[in-house]
Amino acid sequence: MKPKALIIRTAGTNCDKETEFAFQSAGAETSLFHINYLKQRSDFSDFQIVCIPGGFSYGDDLGAGKILSLELISWFKDALKQFIDKGGLILGICNGFQVLVKTGILPDKDFQQKVTLTDNDSGRFEDRWVYLKVENEGVWLKGLDEKIVLPVAHGEGKFYTESGILDRIEANRQVALRYVDVSQKMAGYPFNPNGSMKNIAGITDATGRVLGLMPHPERFMFKHHWPFWSRNELFPFGCTFFKNAVNYFKQG
Amino acid sequence: MIWRIDVFSKEKHPCLKIALAISDLGIAKPANIKTAKVYLIEADFDLDKVKQIASCLLIDPVTEDYSLIQGIFKSQPKENQILITYNPGVCDSVGLSLEKAARELSLEVKNARTASFFEFEGLSRKDIEYLAPRMLYNPLIEHLLEYTAACKLKSLDEFSGSDYNFNLITVELLSADDQKLQEISKKGCLSLSLDEMKIIQGYFKRFKRNPTDCELETVATLWSEHCAHKTFRGLIEYVHKDSQDKIVKQETIKSLLKSTVMKATKDISSPDCVSVFEDNSGIVKFDDKNNICFKVETHNHPSSLEPYGGASTGIGGVIRDILGTGCAAKPFASVDIFCFSPWQMAHDQVPLGLLHPKRIIKGVVKGVRDYGNRMGIPTVAGAVLFDQRFLGNPLVYCGTLGILPKEKSFKKSKPGDLVILCGAKTGRDGIHGATFSSKELDEHTVGLTTAVQVGNPIEEKKLTEAILRARDKNLFTAITDCGAGGISSAITELASEHGVKVDLEKIPLKYRGISYTEIWISESQERMVFFTSPQHLKELEAIFNEEDVGLTVVGEVTDTHKLELFYQGNRVCDLDLDFIFNLPQLKKKAFWKDNEEEDLKLEVKSSYSQDLEALLGRPNIACKDWVIREYDHEVQAGSVTKAVSGIENIALSDAAVSRPDLGSDKAVVIGFGINPFYSDLDPYWMAALAIDEALRNIVACGGDPDKTFILDNFSWGSPADELVLGSLVRASLGCYDFATYYRTPFISGKDSLYNEYDVRGKHISIPGTLLISAMSVISDWRKAKSNHFRTKDNLIYVLGFSRPELGASEYFRSLDIKKGLVPKVDKKIARDIFKQLSQAIEGGLTESCHDCSEGGLAVSVSEMCIGGDLGANIFLAEVPKAENMFDYEILFSESPTRFIVEVKKENQKAFESALAGLPLGLIGCVCDEKKLVIYNHQQKEVVNSQVEDLRRSWMATFGEFR
Repeated sequence: MKPKALIIRTAGTNCDKETEFAFQSAGAETSLFHINYLKQRSDFSDFQIVCIPGGFSYGDDLGAGKILSLELISWFKDALKQFIDKGGLILGICNGFQVLVKTGILPDKDFQQKVTLTDNDSGRFEDRWVYLKVENEGVWLKGLDEKIVLPVAHGEGKFYTESGILDRIEANRQVALRYVDVSQKMAGYPFNPNGSMKNIAGITDATGRVLGLMPHPERFMFKHHWPFWSRNELFPFGCTFFKNAVNYFKQG
Repeated sequence: MIWRIDVFSKEKHPCLKIALAISDLGIAKPANIKTAKVYLIEADFDLDKVKQIASCLLIDPVTEDYSLIQGIFKSQPKENQILITYNPGVCDSVGLSLEKAARELSLEVKNARTASFFEFEGLSRKDIEYLAPRMLYNPLIEHLLEYTAACKLKSLDEFSGSDYNFNLITVELLSADDQKLQEISKKGCLSLSLDEMKIIQGYFKRFKRNPTDCELETVATLWSEHCAHKTFRGLIEYVHKDSQDKIVKQETIKSLLKSTVMKATKDISSPDCVSVFEDNSGIVKFDDKNNICFKVETHNHPSSLEPYGGASTGIGGVIRDILGTGCAAKPFASVDIFCFSPWQMAHDQVPLGLLHPKRIIKGVVKGVRDYGNRMGIPTVAGAVLFDQRFLGNPLVYCGTLGILPKEKSFKKSKPGDLVILCGAKTGRDGIHGATFSSKELDEHTVGLTTAVQVGNPIEEKKLTEAILRARDKNLFTAITDCGAGGISSAITELASEHGVKVDLEKIPLKYRGISYTEIWISESQERMVFFTSPQHLKELEAIFNEEDVGLTVVGEVTDTHKLELFYQGNRVCDLDLDFIFNLPQLKKKAFWKDNEEEDLKLEVKSSYSQDLEALLGRPNIACKDWVIREYDHEVQAGSVTKAVSGIENIALSDAAVSRPDLGSDKAVVIGFGINPFYSDLDPYWMAALAIDEALRNIVACGGDPDKTFILDNFSWGSPADELVLGSLVRASLGCYDFATYYRTPFISGKDSLYNEYDVRGKHISIPGTLLISAMSVISDWRKAKSNHFRTKDNLIYVLGFSRPELGASEYFRSLDIKKGLVPKVDKKIARDIFKQLSQAIEGGLTESCHDCSEGGLAVSVSEMCIGGDLGANIFLAEVPKAENMFDYEILFSESPTRFIVEVKKENQKAFESALAGLPLGLIGCVCDEKKLVIYNHQQKEVVNSQVEDLRRSWMATFGEFR
């Protein structure tokens, strides 16, 4: 049976269709719903995977992902808790990652905001490809090469938190992906495109079932997505994320 | 009660960028700058609730903190502090979002507005008042909120205007003499000529009544240059003389549009054209299921006054054109092309009433970025050009492509259909936009503040989602966008076959105090109009509610062939559609005299390495990756060839290749041709060269020249000047001749005239600038090509014939030389070059391919080296060319229809036979030593540059923007 993925969109979500395409190509059955439609159901029990895709939810007015995270908390806090407790997978890409940290689903699923994604050091939106080091073997990341490439496209992606929390995230091996240079070393701009602390590009919860990341896996599903395809063809790493989620339930 | 919440960063913000910009202005750097985002909230709350809003909604608890006071100021602020807020009536989208978010916390906020706070330690008030409107805000849309004004403010509602009481206004037209008629047109900002005013007078004389202000405005809008393209559809007496003053041609052109651009399409009669020059964009066939459409618009005048708002509403408008095509297309890619003034200019050198070019550049790029990115439409391709004459009149071309189901390509309407207005509410924004853009700019234009609009991309994104859902459920039969003229042109044009009745008081307003005429002609953004049968209303309302988009029935399609408008039951407009749509043909004179063709030879140098490096750093050629990187060019995941690619991602592609449907193998190649400099020599050849360049870009990326469709966008000076109009005619004739020659039909087009301005009594007209946009459908996206060198030892060919054509070339302009021969397209070979090269590419015989354009062969090869981080050895002796050319001519001539092609050795024979009969030269090979060496006929090195040095020069120019 195909696992069911729920993709939540709202005003300003704009990576929903290609994210749905990515889940479908990986073999998931998808539902792409507006949050206003979900408000009439307030329940995610039909689904195994919940994804909050990229975009500018509510224009990022009042801060990236802020209003959507507020809405999720006021309408779906219990539903999300249940969904997490029952072992569902959650993916937040770009704006979705911002939503996951602002709801406090990441890093600790306790609905307390502890980390943030704030204005890029460059002070502007940038779309560029980055090298990433895969830092753990969680559900979403299984089987990826140690070094992968994906594109980022954001203005507020700088991972930031206080040092105590940072240490704990590191110690718990909750860092999923780190921005690196060609030789896999941590490096500054433009390799770290936004000035993130410890070059953090994505984190998971302690179980690895919830992943939030700034890079866009749904934008590397075909070899031609990689801008230098004419010179060296790479495996489209984005596929692995979505396949992993589907396989997790197929095997489980 | 009004509360003010200041949100600031916990860490001390260095504000380096502002400090740097201040020193640009020639003011001493302030010792310290403090900034805060300010929220003004009006609500009946106690302190705790305001604190709740601040801590839950307004701050990021990890990085930010806030302060809070009751009222806008506690006391008279310090001299070095300012508070910037929007002018009354300007859309404050963050304020609206705040109201919505507060409702999520079950808190009802009456009004919310935003402002920005700055404190400059160590600057005088005088300095601050000098720098603020230059750097921090635009007086057209924002102002400094002063202490005394703020104290008088009882409610934030005062930003929303006062009540409006209906009062029918008529204009005394019947008794007016010529002078009075002209006065009425001028005073009312109608941009109507005396002849036109007389015709309107005659119409109302028949009914023995004066027109209402609304009727006059309606006619002015629909007869405006912007809506009716009077010049292109007018009668033109055209005289063409050669340089010896001998008449070459003298004719009466009945309609420039029909006899050139549209005629080309008609003559070619391509079976792939579905709907051309009829709808809001041109539609062509894509695959079995879908068609695609393309439209390019200009937003020049608004962008010169308010670059950010002008450019963002430019892109917003053209996206709505796509949504308003057929029964709604889904936008899948955007493009933008800008012409600016060079930005290295002291602030005190900028004439009164104009903005500094750097501010225009940054504002325009930011405007397109914020709108396109938020809409989730990738901005995939574009160009940026520089010339001093664009100082007071930058050109901002915005284009969007869409995809729509084949069966949704046409509109239908019938009497009894409901007229539905959806999207944003209506304000006073952009009143007189249509008539304003049909005027020349001067220092006083700045007073027309309402002509500028600020967009809200999220509103348009919501609108897009709702409309596409409704389309897929077949819930409407006709749709169009509200662009220039607002609903006045949208509703009238959509109902032109039948007649229509509208109740203006039903239109939802942003604020109070708007008159019936203002409602009718407002150009508020993010609105669309569609027609539907009454039985669909319920289902429509459900979709639009869920998407949180406004939807209002405002009228009904009738069978009266009349435009009837009512306000609270009062008839405010009653016009015959026949009258509105049969505007008088304008008569104008056009004159063109050929320039004397004058070849010019320079002294020969022994090395051109420096010249080449300097050319690579010229703003028209240098790397503009920073612009593209600010655009989300990958959203929707359809990109195949991106605008930036290659090593370090800095090579600029010739064209973009995009997949509108990830389920289809087909893709669209999008390219451009634009070179305003040639119009100084001969606009006819500029047109030919622009079409040739667009095709070169398409073919280099794997596009099919036989399935390429083009769009024309003319930006010209005032057509009242017969020389200016003469050059426009000349360019249009070039369009016809070369579109038919290449068999590339025009599918859509637009003209923007009156691009002129006065500076200190001097009249400046932009160079007539024709943008040709092209799109081609390819059968398999996997066959797309890139334009940088791939592998060492591969062979390098030049295809096409080089002539000493350096007139208006980048090389001659870099030396400030105005003479020289304009490049000409050679009709004997050009079409075959495209065709045969395209077949060779399709057959997989090439590795990479790049056209020769600005800077010629040498720049083209350099760019291929930079992108691939490889070197090359090139031999000029092997270049097919005219006799006795000097080295610099072979290197830098801009002869059209030429390509540099990289081919594997094993494909040499096949490639050469594929291009048999054409001028083709094997000029060298790719090498892994990262050096470009070019040898002349005597085997001497005329260029010897490290690729690193070429790259440095090409990257340095825009360093300050990166």
